[in-house]
Amino acid sequence: MGFKVGIAQIAPALGDVHENMKRIERCIERALDEKTDLVVFPELALTGYTLKDMVPSVSLRLDSPELKRLMDASERLSIAVGFVEESPDYRFFNSAAYLEKGKILHVHRKVYLPNYGMFEENRDFAAGSRFRAFNAEFGRCGILICEDMWHPSAAYVIAQDGCELLIALSCSPARGAQSDGDLYSADAWQTLNRVYAHLYSQYVLYANRVGYEDGVGYWGGSEAIGPDGSVVARAKQFEEQFLTAELSSDAVRRARIASPLLRDERLDITLRELKRIDRKREK
Amino acid sequence: MNAHTEAALRKQDDPLWVNPEIVLPLLEGFIRDEITKVGISNVVLNLSGGIDSAVSCVLAARAMPPENVTALMLPYKTSHPDSLGDAQTLARQLGIRSMTISVTEQVDPYFEKFPDMTPLRKANKMARERMTILYDQASALDALPLGTSNKTELLLGYGTIYGDMASALNPIGDLYKTQVWQIARHLGVPEEIVSKKPTADLWPGQTDESELGFTYEKADRLLYHMIDRRRSRAELERLGFEPAFIQELENRVKRSQFKRRLPLIAKVSMRTIESDFRYPRDWGR
Repeated sequence: MGFKVGIAQIAPALGDVHENMKRIERCIERALDEKTDLVVFPELALTGYTLKDMVPSVSLRLDSPELKRLMDASERLSIAVGFVEESPDYRFFNSAAYLEKGKILHVHRKVYLPNYGMFEENRDFAAGSRFRAFNAEFGRCGILICEDMWHPSAAYVIAQDGCELLIALSCSPARGAQSDGDLYSADAWQTLNRVYAHLYSQYVLYANRVGYEDGVGYWGGSEAIGPDGSVVARAKQFEEQFLTAELSSDAVRRARIASPLLRDERLDITLRELKRIDRKREK
Repeated sequence: MNAHTEAALRKQDDPLWVNPEIVLPLLEGFIRDEITKVGISNVVLNLSGGIDSAVSCVLAARAMPPENVTALMLPYKTSHPDSLGDAQTLARQLGIRSMTISVTEQVDPYFEKFPDMTPLRKANKMARERMTILYDQASALDALPLGTSNKTELLLGYGTIYGDMASALNPIGDLYKTQVWQIARHLGVPEEIVSKKPTADLWPGQTDESELGFTYEKADRLLYHMIDRRRSRAELERLGFEPAFIQELENRVKRSQFKRRLPLIAKVSMRTIESDFRYPRDWGR
């Protein structure tokens, strides 16, 4: 089945949910104009990234009016969007919701919160504890948020769970200008996206933001990678852009016939060996 | 061609080389974005005639309409006349606005009160006078003051706290001096500015490198491996850096940490600025 996706490479306003709702709703209008079936927004698109102590003042419950508005919009097209989720027991997660046909179909809470170098997400957020694929209208999907993508086990679990379309939301800072090719961050992410698409014979939709916060530039370069590792579409760097791509489950099927890596994967061996390693570590 | 020009022409396999195709859009975007989101459209900076402020200035004039950029030339009576001339030439070339204000009348009465002032005290005093003019003009012009301190001097503490280190935005603070030279070359900064010996013009004949006791190039190489690459002492020695030089720079970086941070606040309450009251600088922007 063929379907059209849009990636909204935006620069969110830091800490301003109201303003970001407006920007996101404008992108949804654009997505509808372009007849896309699914639109993907970056990590923390509703709030911006460098929140620090603002986290509790920009958080949304799953029954909040803002998410309700997006749920209503999802009657017309599916939406994946990053936001700060407040749980009923007052924990705050760096989350992404997948909305379809007026409902929240799936919420992924970022598991790997980076807390080193320039990052201190562990201070501000609670960590998620699940990697799950889910059935969406356009096939089986999975969501990972930024640092989750740097842990191959996360993508592995989601792939084993049947994912055909991996949605990766990020706020990736522009770093490393010493290559005569591309920015370090761009080079690293493009490699990750292609490897996960190719090895797991799945689509990877990478939605990165642009704009600056506290001197940090976010480089954009959102992309759709095909299940054979080829670049289907790639956005410009450092500029807002609405990127579209035509995807098809036929391409996933063909990739899995050409390289039946998932068919041949020995989950039992992986599990047995991981349990052995885990037992050894406990001692 | 002197050593600095050669440094500016460095080959791409050098670890300090930065890619202008990556750096320039990043820095110009930084200036444009961080200024306009505050609701301001002008930028002002002190243009000394040296390489650092020249590069900041060119970046600003590329990021913003040149008429929104104002360069202040703030000479003292002993400042080298070439400094002012080179600054004025650059401002003219870029088509930006400029203003020359002598700081002599401002600082001399103070110096006369303290005849035993050391050259360093005088230099710091002048740097802080220039800062007050920069911030006042920023207010008058509805502009943000742009910084001109490079990564080398920020790390070594070779600058005046609340003087030339003060600004709202600093586009070159993550570029080592040799990288500033390289970018200056790429940007077409006039040869007189690129090839002159770096000097804070603190007193006649002063040069940074003779005062520091080592060249920027030598310091940058070590700082790059020590700070950016986090190499251990043993690794640095294996790379050929002398133990005494490693120690000297390490001490300089540590001793000047106070210049790179806000003043210490004595903690009393449950929520104290910096320690547990933490918001981004761009809060509400």
